[in-house]
Amino acid sequence: MPGGWEAVIGMEVHVQLATRSKMFCACPADYVGAAPNANVCEVCLGLPGVLPVVNGRAVEHVVRTALALGGSVARHTKFDRKNYFYPDLPKGYQISQYDLPMSRGGALDIGGRTVRITRVHLEEDTGKLQHAGDSLHQAGESLVDLNRSGMPLMEIVSEPDLAGAEEARDYAVALRAILRAIGASEAEMEKGQLRAEANVSVRRRGDPELGIKTELKNINSFRALQRAVDHEIRRQIRVLEAGERVVQETRGWSEADQSTFSQRSKEFAQDYRYFPEPDIPPLELDPAWVEEIRAALPELPAPRRARLVAQYGLSEYDAGQLTREAATADAFEAAVAAGAPAKPVANWIIGAAPGLAPGALAELVNLVGAGTINREQGLRVLEQAQATGRAPAEIVREQGLAQVSDPAALEAVVDRVIHADPQAVADFRAGKQQAIGALMKAVATATEGQANMRLARDLLRARLIRSA
Amino acid sequence: MAIREQEPRIHAFLRVTEELARAQAADADRRLAAADGVGPLTGIPVALKDVLCVEGVETTAGSQILRGYLPPFDATAVARLRAAGAVFVGMTNCDEFAMGSSTENSSYRPTGNPHDPSRVPGGSSGGSAAAVAAGEAVCALGSDTGGSIRQPAALCGVVGMKPTYGRVSRFGLIAFASSLDQVGPFATSVADAALVLQAISGLDARDATSADRPARMLDGVEDGVRGLRLGVPREYFDVEGIEPGVRAAVERALRDLEAAGAELVDVSLPHTEYGLAAYYIIAPAECSSNLARFDSVRFGMREEAATTLLATYLQTRRDGFGPEVRRRIMLGTHALSSGYYDAYYLKAQKVRTLIAQDFERAFAGCDAIVSATSPSVAFALGAKTGDPLAMYLCDVLTLGGNLAGLPGISVPCGTSEGLPVGLQVLAPQWADATALRVGRGYEMVRSAG
Repeated sequence: MPGGWEAVIGMEVHVQLATRSKMFCACPADYVGAAPNANVCEVCLGLPGVLPVVNGRAVEHVVRTALALGGSVARHTKFDRKNYFYPDLPKGYQISQYDLPMSRGGALDIGGRTVRITRVHLEEDTGKLQHAGDSLHQAGESLVDLNRSGMPLMEIVSEPDLAGAEEARDYAVALRAILRAIGASEAEMEKGQLRAEANVSVRRRGDPELGIKTELKNINSFRALQRAVDHEIRRQIRVLEAGERVVQETRGWSEADQSTFSQRSKEFAQDYRYFPEPDIPPLELDPAWVEEIRAALPELPAPRRARLVAQYGLSEYDAGQLTREAATADAFEAAVAAGAPAKPVANWIIGAAPGLAPGALAELVNLVGAGTINREQGLRVLEQAQATGRAPAEIVREQGLAQVSDPAALEAVVDRVIHADPQAVADFRAGKQQAIGALMKAVATATEGQANMRLARDLLRARLIRSA
Repeated sequence: MAIREQEPRIHAFLRVTEELARAQAADADRRLAAADGVGPLTGIPVALKDVLCVEGVETTAGSQILRGYLPPFDATAVARLRAAGAVFVGMTNCDEFAMGSSTENSSYRPTGNPHDPSRVPGGSSGGSAAAVAAGEAVCALGSDTGGSIRQPAALCGVVGMKPTYGRVSRFGLIAFASSLDQVGPFATSVADAALVLQAISGLDARDATSADRPARMLDGVEDGVRGLRLGVPREYFDVEGIEPGVRAAVERALRDLEAAGAELVDVSLPHTEYGLAAYYIIAPAECSSNLARFDSVRFGMREEAATTLLATYLQTRRDGFGPEVRRRIMLGTHALSSGYYDAYYLKAQKVRTLIAQDFERAFAGCDAIVSATSPSVAFALGAKTGDPLAMYLCDVLTLGGNLAGLPGISVPCGTSEGLPVGLQVLAPQWADATALRVGRGYEMVRSAG
């Protein structure tokens, strides 16, 4: 970091849970694409007289998440009311958790750094406003859509253990992998199912005092998260180096401007008047039930990554890529189990993300591995296998795709190519090793991509050196 | 019809639902004639306090902010009465959002006490109590947060019962203070009150604070008081402002009960004097939050002249809420504020625990606790409207039952100055049947007062 500065970053991540109904009512949770205010009932509209009833499935997801993060799940927990007025908040308060969250503690390993988890709690989502006009302040009217109102929302708060934009991104990526592995959420940032807010401050390296922080919001992708944090760190350093002070505030991330902008001052803390939600009795989480959930947890991304390295001899990078999605790692292991070697399977999955059945993927990998077809052909076969669902070997056979591996046949092509491009030959002989690339391309073209390119390369080299 | 005769005198109803009542009555007639589909309350005219949502019937909680509001659903208690065959005659007047003890905080009009229309019927469920007392309905539903069923029952000379917290679903009850509110019946006899309570009781999947407890209210109700130990809390008889005539009537009732075979035992509720203060922290705190939804965005009144969001909130809530509601919202907001929470709300919750423990200890030595329901008889309209604290004292004998979540019933026990006096019977949590049994036992032996 420039000029002896260091950044201190903590994350607050809101996660929409994968439940069928909303947090406190029976409305369907699947509101994406629904007409505005179609997925609402008297409860999530906050009509007079309604009462909340806790969605047990949402509690289960929070407990599962907490356990996956190594948190300590509370025996006694409760909901509280967070009071404030806003048109997207129908009751004038949000049901959340204040001093007795469902879980405290835990950690998330992001490859080399351990980020401590402060707490995980459960709350309800708000509705959405649409401002009719160019900006909030110029809008003639605002429209309220309460489809999202009352959606189950889990908040995961970390300690300020992150030191840079890339780490912030890694944290969100790792969290997403866990959430998807345990089925707690789809956790798609673009769909607003995972909303990462970064609390960012900077200080002189070695300074024991924390700097004044800003909170970054409206971040819709991992890339945006990294850019926003990076931009904000640089901005704060600029402010401080200019002898000014950082203002404690909420800042939004503008995709268009690729910069953060001030949204709301937090200099004067809003008083939310938290108090225990009297409509919901305190929750007692039975330790035996919690242990059942723990026992049923699937293998989590971090241990699975370590196992893939140990069991299949994969690199840390490959294992990390494969375990970003449980389904990807599953596909890898199934294809290997179907009889293909691990490393090429990993390469195919990471490079081409094939949506093939394990048997078909193993077959394809083995066709390329055995030299029956080359990599280019493999990609074409993959495309067709994906589109038609037919077996790779069948496609190869029918279309006569088997690559030309006959040295005599290839030798003839190599001769033709060398004669046709004396310039490349001269360049090569003058020491330009890369000139062989042009000749290789010519071989591929001459054979319509069916040449065994490794063999072609050997033959080319032999010919060029021999006749030199 | 009694309603046509009585209404000009007492104004118990905000709305008479004649059309609905006629339709329900016709349906009841058909069922009774066919002797098929007859419920426990088939054809019985019931009045509903204006805080209980009735689908498609204007329900306003006595407030201008909800003028014209038509709930799209029935409160659970209302739905259960409907299923039991009741005929809904109308929505009764009440203090705005059930905040008050005289029904004078209704934003529409005051209600007169049928025994003397120049006097209040009590509150906040004054309209329901008056309607039953005047014969405009056979029974009625009210809500009781600090005494809002029992006190008007006492002042109007009818039976009124607040069940154990959790006995009756609060779903569809427009909330005042969630941890204290409970729906309950008014009737002219304990047996009728028990019948209505039976019909509305029981677990409701839409209210997480409702309980899955067997609700057999009529079991043992006729068994009399012989052999029961009745606790007499000194603190309740020496309470500030208790009228001598009220005290005398209640003491006469205690002698009747003793003569009928009950054993009177002295009990102590030492934290009684802190109850009022704790109540007037907790109830406003909860109401300040419960009433935040009246923001004019989705329903209810809106000041269209306001040009900004903040102005819309401020003007709508200034004009839509009456002074007592605004006072309690401000009190509650203050009590929950950062820096004051521990001193007010948290302290009040501790007092609440102590009061509940007082009752637990007392019930270790008795089956029920008896006292006056209200320290005074019905007072003149306007007598206390200028003095909120004097009005708050009306609840001093009843709010302990709400803080501790206990069942309590008020049964008429003679008169003082020619006006009805109520005997309050409090029972342990879930012992609603005991309260009813003592109340009924007293009815059986009541001497003329």
